[in-house]
Amino acid sequence: MINKIIQTPAEAVADVFDGATVMISGFGEAGSPIELIHALIDKGARDLVVISNNTGSGHVGLAALIENRQVRKMICSFPRSTNSKVFPELYKRGEIELELVPQGTLAERIRAGGAGIPAFFTPTSVGTPLAEGKEVREFNGQLFVMEHAIRADFALVKCRAADRYGNLVYNKTARNFGPVMCTAAVTTIVQARKIVEPGQLDPETVVTPGIFVKRVVEVSNPADESKLVAEERRYPW
Amino acid sequence: MVSNAEKIGWDVQEMARKVALDIPDGAYVNLGIGIPEMVSGLVPEGREVIYHTENGLLGMGPLPPAGEEDPELINAGKKCVTAIPGACYFHHADSFTMIRGKHIDICVLGALQISESGDLANWSTGDEKAIPAVGGAMDLVAGVKTIYVISKHVTKTGEPKIVKSCTYPLTGKAVVDRIYTDLAIIDVTPKGLFVREMAPGVTMNYLQERTEATLHQYE
Repeated sequence: MINKIIQTPAEAVADVFDGATVMISGFGEAGSPIELIHALIDKGARDLVVISNNTGSGHVGLAALIENRQVRKMICSFPRSTNSKVFPELYKRGEIELELVPQGTLAERIRAGGAGIPAFFTPTSVGTPLAEGKEVREFNGQLFVMEHAIRADFALVKCRAADRYGNLVYNKTARNFGPVMCTAAVTTIVQARKIVEPGQLDPETVVTPGIFVKRVVEVSNPADESKLVAEERRYPW
Repeated sequence: MVSNAEKIGWDVQEMARKVALDIPDGAYVNLGIGIPEMVSGLVPEGREVIYHTENGLLGMGPLPPAGEEDPELINAGKKCVTAIPGACYFHHADSFTMIRGKHIDICVLGALQISESGDLANWSTGDEKAIPAVGGAMDLVAGVKTIYVISKHVTKTGEPKIVKSCTYPLTGKAVVDRIYTDLAIIDVTPKGLFVREMAPGVTMNYLQERTEATLHQYE
């Protein structure tokens, strides 16, 4: 029998090791798997390379993981959003690495990683500093930059509902990087607001097919990250 | 550099209205963060425009009423928005397939500098101490069919923003199609910059004095 359900976030992230590459879903606070990230803080794995669009908000979730000095390097497109305080401080002090990637290139590098495509050519960033040192090739009279796929050891993803096979549906714009990240990690760990019986998710509307998912854990009442940030909460509490 | 003390030119609202007038019925449009966002409220009655936000929504509606914000329904500026009836959600790779694959008709963006040949710099001043952040800007200018820039004609200190060659790091090369400033609307063409319209009281001399790049007039 296939049963990908895990009882607690702590068990779900128990094998994340020092030096691992970890994809974390979310666009700002929408879709960030905050309970899984907090479990990773409790677990204490260090020297992580984290791939996520932003660098977290306030002092909870991804920002708290960075603040706890567990992250060696961030791969992201926009590391300084309004509520981002922790990363900018460390970066200015030279205490964390940054690989800046255009947002669409980041999504496509992850997609390619999941799809078994080692590299691809994109028109994005041609003639800009972000193309420096990369192979440029002409197709049909236009220049394109070669970008490499990214894969990760783990992906931490948030969704609305899952079943024991790992089929997932998301909520509104909290979907963002979740579906591509699920495909590109050796071990994809998902927190779902609700775990339902097989068959309850309409097969026509499943967004992430279960084959891409290793573990699902129900977090029925996930923290509202925006609220925690507004209240200036810190993790560990 | 020229003093900008006298009050002449369009206000921001009027600049956004000029952009809105150029958005045709049926267009799929992506609006950048800030002033470009004003455009959606100013499109003439009778035109149906679908707004794309790169974080995964086609059919973005107006801001929600106070108290009805949903933190999982946001725009690229991470502000709470609404979805119109007929909207759809999708993941990031699909969203940038729409962008890079030339499915979006128009993108409206702000600028730090625009060059004579349509190069755009809008993501970084190259300041070593600043934290670089690019977001989706490079993908948008590389992939959207038509790029409109909305920007003040000169910087706060009066320096021209429309220059011969950008000194700031580029977002994209030869990507801008039209520039809407407080003083004029300017087309970027293979033959150079052509003035399409000037704000009341603005003359070609006045405009050229505030523009480093050479401006041309349509015949």
